[in-house]
Order: sequence, then C-alpha cells, then structure tokens
Amino acid sequence: MNPITPIINGMKITFKHMFMKPVTLQYPTERPKVAERYRGLHGLKVSHSKAKCVACYLCPTVCPAKCIRVEAGEDANHDKFASVYEIDMLRCIFCGYCVEACPVDALKMTGEFELANYKRSDFLYTKERLLEK
Amino acid sequence: MGIEILGLPLMYYIAMVAKVLVAFVFVLLTVAYATYAERKIIGHMQVRLGPMRTGWHGLLQPIADGVKLFFKEEIIPAQASTFAFLVAPLIALIPAFITFAVIPFGGIIEVAGYKIPLQIAAYYDTASGQVFDVNVGVLYILAMSSLGVYGIVLAGWASNSKYSLMGGLRASAQMISYELAAGLSIIAVFMLSGTLSLNKIVELQSGWGGFEWFIVKQPLAAFMFFVCSLAEINRTPFDLPEAETELVSGFCTEYSSMKYAMFFMAEYANMVTVCALTVTLFLGGWNGPLTAAMPILGPVYFIAKVYFLMFVCMWIRATLPRYRYDQLMHLGWKVFIPLALVNIVVTGIIGYFI
Repeated sequence: MNPITPIINGMKITFKHMFMKPVTLQYPTERPKVAERYRGLHGLKVSHSKAKCVACYLCPTVCPAKCIRVEAGEDANHDKFASVYEIDMLRCIFCGYCVEACPVDALKMTGEFELANYKRSDFLYTKERLLEK
Repeated sequence: MGIEILGLPLMYYIAMVAKVLVAFVFVLLTVAYATYAERKIIGHMQVRLGPMRTGWHGLLQPIADGVKLFFKEEIIPAQASTFAFLVAPLIALIPAFITFAVIPFGGIIEVAGYKIPLQIAAYYDTASGQVFDVNVGVLYILAMSSLGVYGIVLAGWASNSKYSLMGGLRASAQMISYELAAGLSIIAVFMLSGTLSLNKIVELQSGWGGFEWFIVKQPLAAFMFFVCSLAEINRTPFDLPEAETELVSGFCTEYSSMKYAMFFMAEYANMVTVCALTVTLFLGGWNGPLTAAMPILGPVYFIAKVYFLMFVCMWIRATLPRYRYDQLMHLGWKVFIPLALVNIVVTGIIGYFI
C-alpha cells in the first residue's frame, strides 16, 4: 500500500470530526445526568418526620470497609433508634451493601457525587448530614 | 521631494518604520492567536471544545497564557552554562522574526504621492519606476531559518541535561537533513523563474487567474517543500526534538517562564514564515482577483493564503502521529532528496526543449 493514501484518509476523518458536536460537558455550569441507580452519598430515609433506622447494626456488620458507626438509643415510646449514625466517607467504598442489608429500608444511596471537603474531619458524615432533605 | 537623508527621501524612512512595525505586530498577534486557533481546531477535530473559559469561547486565552508565563519563576539550573542558556531562546526567536523582512505581502500602495511596495526590504525607485528588493531573498530566508537551529542546539547543550541534549542533537540532525531536501526542491522553482528575488517570483505568478502559480507547474516541489519545512520547524509529525513521550520536553526541558515562551513563539513564528514562504513561492503570493484596482486587497489575499496553510499545519498535527527517528531519516535522505534531484533534472529537460 502506498504511504500517501492512509494520510489522506486520516485527514478526511479529522476534517469530518471538526464539524461534529463536541462531547465536552462544561462541568460546573452543565451538570452530568447521573444514572438512577448511581451509588453516591448515602441518605437516611425519613418517615413520620424521623429517621426510619431502628439501629439493628446490620449495616456496620455487612460493611466491608467498616466505615459505619451506629449507637442505639431509646426514645420516649421505648422504641430503639439510632442515636449516633456516622459514615466515614474516606473509608467508604460505595459498594451499597448497607442499603441491601437494611431490613427496614431506612438507607439509600443518592446521586450526589461531589464529596470533596477541606478538612479530614469534614468527611465524617453525621446523622444530621445524612438525613434526606 | 522634500528632505533627503543619505540620498533617500524622508518618506522612505517613515514608510520603512511603519512597514516594520505593522509586519512585526501582525506576526506577533498571529503567533499569539495561532496557539489559540491550534487548540481550538485540534479540540474540535477531536470532538472536544478547546479553551472556553477565558473570555467569549476562550478568546482571551493567549493573553492569560502570556501573563501566566510572564509571572512564572525563572529557573536556571545550577550546572547549566549560564550565558549560552540565557542566549539560546533569543537565537531561536530572532531568526524566526527577521525572515519576514524579504517576504512581499502586497503590491505597491500610494501614500501622499509616495509609492510604497508592501515588502519590508524593498523600495520603489521613482526615477526608473521599478521596485528594488533583496535580489537573493530566498537565500536570505534559507540562511536565517538554518540559524534558528543554533538556538535549539545551544539550548540542548547549555541545559546540561540528558533529555535536552538528546533533543538538541535530534534537532540538528533533522534540520540539516531536511534543509537539503527543502533547498533542492525549490531550485526547480528558480529554474522556472530565473530569479531569487521574491518580488519577481510573485510577479511571475500574477497572470491567468491562478494557473501561473508555481504549484501548477511544480506540484511535487510544492508538496516536498511544505513537508520538509514542517520538518525543519519541528512541527508534528516531525516534532522529534521535543518528543514528550521520550524526551520529557526535549531541548526546552530545563526552561521555564518567559524563556520557555520564547521557544514557543519561535516555533509559531517559524510556522508563519514557512507558510508565508510557501505562499510566496508556490501559491502566487499576494496575487488574486482585482488587486490591480484595489492594492489593499493584496495583503488580504496574502493573509488568507497564509492562514489557510497554517490551518493545514494544524490539521496535519491533529491527524498524524510522530514519526520514528529512523523513519524520519529514511524519508529525508532516501525519499525526498532523490525525488528533489529527479524533479530538478526533469524540470531541466522539459525547460530545455520548451
């Protein structure tokens, strides 16, 4: 094969591509469409204006990264609830096992993916920060 | 005609300074916006956007880049040869700009009754009614473009670093081999024109609506000259002296701040010069329709042609990968030089019988 033809063919291809719509996403101004089942930041589901979590300890048990810390408490109706619910986002591997393990469907994963922070301590997400809005 | 200095009218000096300023500023601006155009064009060819943030569609990007480079820390390696290290960027930059002195970028315009040829190193002799320019213009350009290689070799040597030295060595080997082929390929043009003056060469290509352009008579020479020039100014696909994948950044590895910017300005200024020279030699220079009636159209055609060739340079860069070193040498010595010699012989035979 002569050496000129592939060069011309390549030039044709690049010229055609110049008129295609660029695939670039202008990120901070344009937002990506996150998949429905995307595993981002966790969210504690709310029912009757309090967290559904009953502090059964299944999520810290199943967690392969051991990043969830739960402490049980007793409320006025003598019901068990999570007085402490913390996830260390620096250790979390976003596997979603906690959501699968939850027997009362109290946990979910949101599409939130911008998890950067300025301080290490800010990566420890407390119950207040995890409660769904 | 008014005041005379050294036997030439005052207007001559004013026109000369004006031409120098206009051409220099124009080349500088083109260099600055060539970087932007390159990023934009290559971006779109790779289905990206290119710079978008600084100004409308990134139009202020060259200014932002310039300011950034200007305020960067100036680093001179402790083991470098300081004087050569400092002088190398200048040696690369100056020949890149001064080659523009002999390239005609327009016809004759008349300002206040004084006729000015639009070519820096030229003047219109009122007595004989002729334009006099450097009668060995092409030799001057070839000489200056080979001076540019000293800057790169010196930068490579003075940096006292393996990568820089490798880049410098490659640059010298590459430039010397391709200069031969480029020089031989344009000899065929001089055989047809019978002159080395760029002004006369442009004049010869003026008639017949583009069919007198030397690219029509010498397509092979035009192609070879353009490709060899790309190799001589270290553009992709022949950018071996700064091959990022192998040599970090080649000869400018140790350079930072404005000195680094100077090498890049030199590269882009060389690109402008080479494109302008190709236009002058093969694409009819500033010739185009209606230039006789409106002399101002000359520079417009010239700029349009130069920009088109620069676009081709960027297009090539977006398409082709870098050549391997042995392929480069093979192409230079075993393909282009024999082809150029054959072209000269064939031109000679045809010229003898016609």
